[in-house]
Amino acid sequence: MLDTLKLPERHYLNNGHGLKSWLLTKDHKRIAILYLISISAFFFLGGLFAVGIRLELTTPQGDFFQPDTYNKMFTLHGVIMVFFFLIPSIPAVLGNFLIPPMIGAKDLAFPRINLLSWYIYVLGGLFALFAILVGGVDTGWTFYTPYSSAASNTNVIPTALGVFIAGFSSILTGLNFIVTIHRMRAPGMTWFKLPLFVWAHYATSLIQVLGTPVVAITIIMVFVERAFGFGIFDPQRGGDPVLFQHLFWFYSHPAVYIMILPAMGVISELISTFSRKKVFGYSFVAFSSLAIAVFGFIVWAHHMFVAGISVYAAMVFSFLSFSVAIPSAVKTFNWTATLYKGSLTFEAPMLYVYGFLGLFLVGGLTGLFLATLGVDVHVHDTYFVVAHFHYIMVGGAIMGYLGGLHFWWPKIVGRMYSEFLSRISAILVFVGFNLTFFPQFVLGYMGMPRRYHMYPDEFQVLNVMSSAGAAVLGLGYLLPVIYFLWSLKHGEVAGPNPWGASGLEWRTASPPPTENFAEVPTDIPEAYEYTPHVVREAKLV
Amino acid sequence: MFSGLPLFPEQASSFAADVDALYFFIIAVSAFFASLIAILVLIFAVKYRRRHDQEVGAPIEGSLPLELAWSLIPTVIAMVMFAWGAQVYYDLRRPPAEAHQIYAVGKQWMWKFQHLEGPREINELHVPTGRPVKITVTSEDVIHSLYFPSFRTKIDAIPGRYTTLWFEPTKPGRYHIFCAEYCGTMHSGMIGTVVVMEPAQYQAWLSGGAGEGTLAEQGARLFQDLSCNTCHLETAQGRGPSLKDIMGKPVQLTTGESVMVDEVYLRESILNSQAKIVAGYTPLMPTFQGLISEEGLVALIEYIRTLSPQAATAPAAAPAPPVEAPAPAPQGDRN
Repeated sequence: MLDTLKLPERHYLNNGHGLKSWLLTKDHKRIAILYLISISAFFFLGGLFAVGIRLELTTPQGDFFQPDTYNKMFTLHGVIMVFFFLIPSIPAVLGNFLIPPMIGAKDLAFPRINLLSWYIYVLGGLFALFAILVGGVDTGWTFYTPYSSAASNTNVIPTALGVFIAGFSSILTGLNFIVTIHRMRAPGMTWFKLPLFVWAHYATSLIQVLGTPVVAITIIMVFVERAFGFGIFDPQRGGDPVLFQHLFWFYSHPAVYIMILPAMGVISELISTFSRKKVFGYSFVAFSSLAIAVFGFIVWAHHMFVAGISVYAAMVFSFLSFSVAIPSAVKTFNWTATLYKGSLTFEAPMLYVYGFLGLFLVGGLTGLFLATLGVDVHVHDTYFVVAHFHYIMVGGAIMGYLGGLHFWWPKIVGRMYSEFLSRISAILVFVGFNLTFFPQFVLGYMGMPRRYHMYPDEFQVLNVMSSAGAAVLGLGYLLPVIYFLWSLKHGEVAGPNPWGASGLEWRTASPPPTENFAEVPTDIPEAYEYTPHVVREAKLV
Repeated sequence: MFSGLPLFPEQASSFAADVDALYFFIIAVSAFFASLIAILVLIFAVKYRRRHDQEVGAPIEGSLPLELAWSLIPTVIAMVMFAWGAQVYYDLRRPPAEAHQIYAVGKQWMWKFQHLEGPREINELHVPTGRPVKITVTSEDVIHSLYFPSFRTKIDAIPGRYTTLWFEPTKPGRYHIFCAEYCGTMHSGMIGTVVVMEPAQYQAWLSGGAGEGTLAEQGARLFQDLSCNTCHLETAQGRGPSLKDIMGKPVQLTTGESVMVDEVYLRESILNSQAKIVAGYTPLMPTFQGLISEEGLVALIEYIRTLSPQAATAPAAAPAPPVEAPAPAPQGDRN
C-alpha cells in the first residue's frame, strides 16, 4: 500500500522557493522550520561546551582548560541550552507547527508577530554569539549578583542583553498561542476536545507572558548596576544581593515549566497514539498543566534555602514546592493508566515516551529531596541538583522534544526516517543519559559542589562514569541529524497519517498545504477517539 | 564491586545521622513509586502489545476514585516529608544559646576563620568534638557558601550580611570545607579542611596560637586605633552613645522606632553610621565603609559584646571552658 503513496503536489515546502520565500514567510509551519534550524544550531553549540566540561572533569586536576575557560564553558552551556534551546524548543518548533492544524486553523492569530518573534530570537542569539566571540562570560547562567554586576570582568552585558531580547520572542510566541487557542479554533472544536498538547501549550504560554517580563526587568537592573553604577544588588553601593535571587527565580523557576509542560503535552499525544486509546483522565491531565503553571509561580524561594532567608519563609516555600509535585504525579499515573488495555506498539516515538517516563520519574522524585528542607541544606548547590535538573530538563524536556520530532517528522517533511536507526538512537539517548547523570546524584550527596573545575580525588570514578555516559549520549543526539537529513530526499513517503493517529493534524496531507486544510474541518471528534473504524479510515486516506 | 567507591560522606556531626535518615526515607518512598510505575509500564508493554493491525485500545475514559487516590496518597506522603524536613531544618538553623562562637569571612578565594580566643586560620578550621559550634559568616566580595559535607550543612556567605550555621562535631578527623556558591575563577580552589579534635587537644591547639590576644582584645585595640573611644565613652557623657550594656537590648532611635542591638545593627552602625541614629545624639560619626575589614568588624563587635557582661552568659557546660566566655546566640536572629 505504501508504494502507492505520493507526496502532495502542492504543499507548504514547495509553495515558494528561494531564501526570500523563507525569510519573509508568514506561514507558521515555515517559521517552525526556521526555529528548528536555529535552535538545533544552538543545541549543538551548547553541546560542544558540555563536551568541554565532561572532558575537563575526567581528572581531578584542572588539566585541559584554564579555570576561567572552564567557568565560561559551563556558563555558556547553561545560557545557550536554557535560553536559546530549551525555552523555545517545543513551543517554537512543534507548537508553532502543530497548534493551528490541531485546532483546525489556517495559521496562528498573528502570523507577522510570529515571524517577528523569530527575528527577535535570532537577534538575541546574535548578542549571545557576539559575547562568545569577544571572550565569553563566566557568571554561570544564573547571573548571581554581586558577582555578575560588580565582580566579573567578562562580557556580562552582551550576554544578558541577548537573554533580555530573546525573552521578548518568548513573550510574543506565548501571546500568539493564547490568542490563537481562544479565537482560532474550528467550529465544534470545544475546549475539552482540544488535544492535551494544546492545553499544555496554553499553560506554558501563560507562564511565558506573565513570567518573562520579570526576568527582563531583573536583567535591566543588573545592566544599570554594571554599566552605570546604580546600587541595586551590590551591598558596597547599598544594594541587596539576595534581592536578585528572588527576582531571578521568580521567572526562572516557572521557566522550568516552560520547558517541561510542552514535553508533557507531547507525551500525552504520543502515548495515546501508540496505545490507540484515550488518554486516561483527560480533564485531570489538562488541569494539572494549569495547576503546574500556577503553582510554579509560588515556589521560587526553594532555590534560596541556604541564602539566609527566614526559617519560616523556607518552610512556606518547602510546603508549596511539594504542592507542585502532586500535579506532576497525577500526570504520570494517568499516562501509566493510559497504557492499561491499550494496543501498544514501539516505534521510535513510543520508545522516547518510555524513556521520558523513566527519566521524568527520577527527575520528579529527586525533586522531593530538594523540596525537603533538611536534605536540601546538604545537597544544595551540589551535583545532586545538577543531576536533578538535567533529569527534568534533558531527560524530560529533550526526550519529549525528540519524541515529538520523531512523531511529527513525517507530517513536517512528508517522509519517513530509518525505523532501525531511530530506535537505536532512542536507546542510546536513554542509556547514555542515565550513565551521565545518575552518578551525579551520588557525587552530590558525597558533597561535590557544582561548577567545580578541580575536585578531590575521591570523586574521580563517578566523574569518569559520567563523562563516558556523555559520549554515548552525544552519539544518541548526533544520529537523528543523520537520518533526518537523509529522510528529506530518500525517506519513504509517509502519507497523511502513517501512525494511524486521531488528531486533526493527521487528516491533512503530509506535508500540509500552506493553508493547512483544503477545507476547514467541521466534524470534530472527541480527543483521542480510537475505534476500529477510525483506524481503518486513517490507514486508507 | 565498587568497594572502593564511597556513596556517602562521613557522618561527623550530630546532624549527619538525622539528615541521612531522612534521605533514606525519601529514597525508600521514591524507590517504591519508581518501581511501581516501572513494573506497570513494562508489564503493560508486554501484555498489551498490538496483536493485529486493526486492534484498538479499550474505551476507558478515566476513573474518579483512582484520580483521587493518586492525588491524595502522594499528598499525604509529601506532607510527611515536608514536616520531617522542616523539623530537621529548624534544628539546623537554630544554634543553641551556649554554642561556641567562631567567625568566618569568605573572600575570593579563601575562607578566613577567626576564633574568639585569638587564633586566625585560613582554609583550615579547628573545632572540638562534643560541643555545639556556631559560625557567623559573611563575605568581603561576592556570595560564597560555606559547606561542610561531613556535617551535612552549609550557609551562604553574603556580603553586607551576617548569616549563621551551627553543628556539633562528633568524630575527630579531617573533613572537607567547600565553597558551594560559584564565586569566580578559583571557585573550586576555595576549599579547606575542618579538623575535628578531642576537647583536650583542641585546648592545646588554641593555647598554641593566641599570639595577638583574644578577638575581643584585638577589638579593644582597634577601638582605640580608630578613635572610637573619643566619642563612645563608658558613661553617657560622650558625643556618641555609651556602648556599655547595650547588647541584646532594644535602643530608641531618633525616628521613634526602636531596634534590637545585635551584630547586624552594630555592623550597620559602623559601616553606615547615618542609617540609624540613637535618640538624643547627632549624626556626627563618620562612615567606616571601606576603612575597616570584615575581620576588624567582628573584632569590634566581640569587644562591644564584652562591654555587656550580662549578655555574655556562662560558657558552655562541657568541657574545660576557653579563656573567653563564648557569646550567646543573639536573640531575634535575622537570618
